[in-house]
Amino acid sequence: MLLYILKRLLYMVPTLFGMSLVSFLIIQLPPGDFLTSLTSAIADSGQSLDQASIDRLTALYGLDQPFYVQYWNWISNIIFRGDFGWSFDWGQPVSRLLWDRMGVTIFVSALSLVLIWALAIPIGIYSAVRRYSIGDYVFTFLGFVGLAVPTFILALGLMYVSFTWFGLNVGGLFSPEYEQAPWSLAKLLDLLQHLWIPVVVIAISSTAALIRVMRANLSDELSKPYVVTARAKGLSEFTLIMRYPVRLALNPFVSTIGWVLPSLISGVTITAIVLNLPMAGPLLLRALVSQDMYLAGAFILIMSVLTLIGMLLSDILLAVLDPRVRYQR
Amino acid sequence: MTTEPEIVLSVRDLTVDFTQRQGSFRAVDGVSFDLRAGRTLGLVGESGSGKSVTARALMQLVDPPGRIIGGSIRLGDIDIAQLPRRGEAIRAIRGADISMIFQEPMSSLSPVHTIGAQVMEVLELHLKLDRKAARARTIELLGQVEIPNPEQAIDRYAYEFSGGMRQRAMIAMALACNPRVLIADEPTTALDVTTQAEVLDLIGRIQRERGMAMLLITHDMGVVAETVDDVAVMYRGQVVEAGPVDQVFHGATHPYTQRLLAATLKLEQPAARPAPPAVSSPILSLRNLGKTYQLGIGAFGGKAKGTLRAVDAVSLELAAGETLGIVGESGSGKTTLGRLILRTVEPTDGEVVYSPPGAAPVVVRTLDKAGLRNLYSEIRFIFQDPFASLNPRMTVRQIVGEPLLINRRGSSTEINARVSQLLELVGLDAGMMSRYPHAFSGGQRQRIGIARALALDPKVLIADEPTSALDVSIRSQILDLLIELRQRLGLSFIFISHDIGVIRYFCDRVAVMRRGRVVEVGDAQTICTSPSHPYTQALISAVPYPDPRRPRMQQRARYTETSV
Repeated sequence: MLLYILKRLLYMVPTLFGMSLVSFLIIQLPPGDFLTSLTSAIADSGQSLDQASIDRLTALYGLDQPFYVQYWNWISNIIFRGDFGWSFDWGQPVSRLLWDRMGVTIFVSALSLVLIWALAIPIGIYSAVRRYSIGDYVFTFLGFVGLAVPTFILALGLMYVSFTWFGLNVGGLFSPEYEQAPWSLAKLLDLLQHLWIPVVVIAISSTAALIRVMRANLSDELSKPYVVTARAKGLSEFTLIMRYPVRLALNPFVSTIGWVLPSLISGVTITAIVLNLPMAGPLLLRALVSQDMYLAGAFILIMSVLTLIGMLLSDILLAVLDPRVRYQR
Repeated sequence: MTTEPEIVLSVRDLTVDFTQRQGSFRAVDGVSFDLRAGRTLGLVGESGSGKSVTARALMQLVDPPGRIIGGSIRLGDIDIAQLPRRGEAIRAIRGADISMIFQEPMSSLSPVHTIGAQVMEVLELHLKLDRKAARARTIELLGQVEIPNPEQAIDRYAYEFSGGMRQRAMIAMALACNPRVLIADEPTTALDVTTQAEVLDLIGRIQRERGMAMLLITHDMGVVAETVDDVAVMYRGQVVEAGPVDQVFHGATHPYTQRLLAATLKLEQPAARPAPPAVSSPILSLRNLGKTYQLGIGAFGGKAKGTLRAVDAVSLELAAGETLGIVGESGSGKTTLGRLILRTVEPTDGEVVYSPPGAAPVVVRTLDKAGLRNLYSEIRFIFQDPFASLNPRMTVRQIVGEPLLINRRGSSTEINARVSQLLELVGLDAGMMSRYPHAFSGGQRQRIGIARALALDPKVLIADEPTSALDVSIRSQILDLLIELRQRLGLSFIFISHDIGVIRYFCDRVAVMRRGRVVEVGDAQTICTSPSHPYTQALISAVPYPDPRRPRMQQRARYTETSV
């Protein structure tokens, strides 16, 4: 097992190299660079940037150098000094922006993930075991509503309700008075009060989808002969369902961890914009629009790494859960 | 014996209905029988006769929409038929007083729990043993069912066991709480004959030792004759005949029982069929054919952990007009051999030469794609599973006509005409052409499969277990059809089977395979009555014989590597 994890980690190195190359290529792909979009932005505001300062900036940022030199400078700084470069747009080091946003993103995403699983797995089990019962139909209906309603509508709806009916301050993660305040119990409560909307909004559509997956998986497992065997032993219905078919029905869930992580980060951009959350999605979008190449590149790279880590985690979990996977190695 | 042993379980007028959209279907209809301590009742019947549903009803295990609607199942003072399906009362009986062994030991065991955990669970549940005591008892049980190294086996998973070992684990689980009644639902159907003989021996011995009452459900009259004391024959949900085994086999009164026995006995001797051509040149010859699999190569390549020689230096000749049987147990390489001939599995070494009459011989391994395609119209396959080998979304016309269409044999009207001709040839009504496979029974589906195989006028047919998924009465019909077709169309057959009876009925010559090698080749009758190789002797003697007065299995020869 340990050897396997080590081997997997080793395989990640070339994959990461490939990914970083592709990330860098992608951010270089749009015509022009940050300076062209900067000059056009300045021109739009009626001023102009003289050629000398453009040249000076070009040389400063190394934009005139060939692709591979730029790539090398970028990646070697990241590896050797943890320096992700300079954000042109924000005038700040990328790493500072990155960790701020990443922290919030991972926090909100993880909470959503917990909520998704806490809802989807029990409801899915219930729906599969009591298939075609009233409860199943109700959850199926709610599930499809959850799938069908666009997240931003849901976000707007929840904001409207909590603002007009409960008079709560919504949007962002903190009320203005706590934004810069040091951590305290009141600030924490304020955070929780803001947090539930994004968490619910992000969770709802994924929950709906996962309920359907769980229901289908478990329905398949419930008709397997080993369930009859377990029943013939005299186990109670609850024990046997939890011990046997549910355990097997969870396998596909575990396999999805790999892509759940990055999708929670990039997939909730619209929600984050609507709710004005300091998450990674909006920042990445803005970085791509303004060709803030180092910032965008860093985000894409981090997301690739997260995907790889997610894949590794789900493979390890799968091997722990299912001895057949271990055996095949 | 002066007095009959005590009745443990008494079933009276048991009736089970399956509610369907229109009305309901009566799967079990007024079935009555008694299970006595230390005795075995064989419940016999073909698929769909309701025997498995009866067995499950005894433990209230019939899944909805099935429901017990009448009758009683008395275990002592309790009437199981009256107990709620999910209640505490029935759960206390399941696994403790009555336990069950199922047909598919692989799928009936959880793939993600160790064998030990699954046995211990019963002990903890009913006998309230603590973990340590349960573990000790489980090791003891695994030893009793003759699983080698029980201390290690307890922590293994089902997929690490062979079929026979899995079934033994299943038996250990069923025996854990010393049940009074053991229900075995086709316990050996999925096993090889030699393994079957051993498992049946084991079950019989344990049952006698513990004085359990046993219900053995099977479709195999041979198993019945060799193992049970009493028989109940089920047909369409009813017990049509019941009595001591000797009486049922030798004095059957119900026409269905007589038909069933006749069909079984018919397969105990060679069919009346034309003599094989005396001198004839081989139409197909295999020379030193072999296949080696590399084991344990990961997704990223790397060194193989070992090799498996699935087929090893097999040389055989099939004469024109002859039927050559290939018999062997699972894992003997017989199916792989069949695939190597047409290169659906690429041989590692050796040669296959196809010499059609009046044409130049073809060396199969040198053929390119076009050459192979031509070969596929001359040599065709008939598959084992008539359910899985027909595409459920295609009509019979499309299925049978597909080879014609692919090889561009004629316009659609011509293909239609050919398809109806083929269907009539295999004994089906040409008017059924536009139906889908699900509208047909197993035997009819296999006929469709045969019609498809015949579509391109092949010279050689390779049939891989074509009758093993069929009931015994249907089995002989399909074999008779193949015999007739062989005569009319001048076909040569390679007939792969694990079933000695079918081989003897159908084949002129037999090759016996074991671990990839042919151990013996010879005349079918000789091999089946007086084989010379010890392995063949063991194999033949393990086949149960459908006559309680002439048991064969009990005096069977055993074969081990050292007895060569």
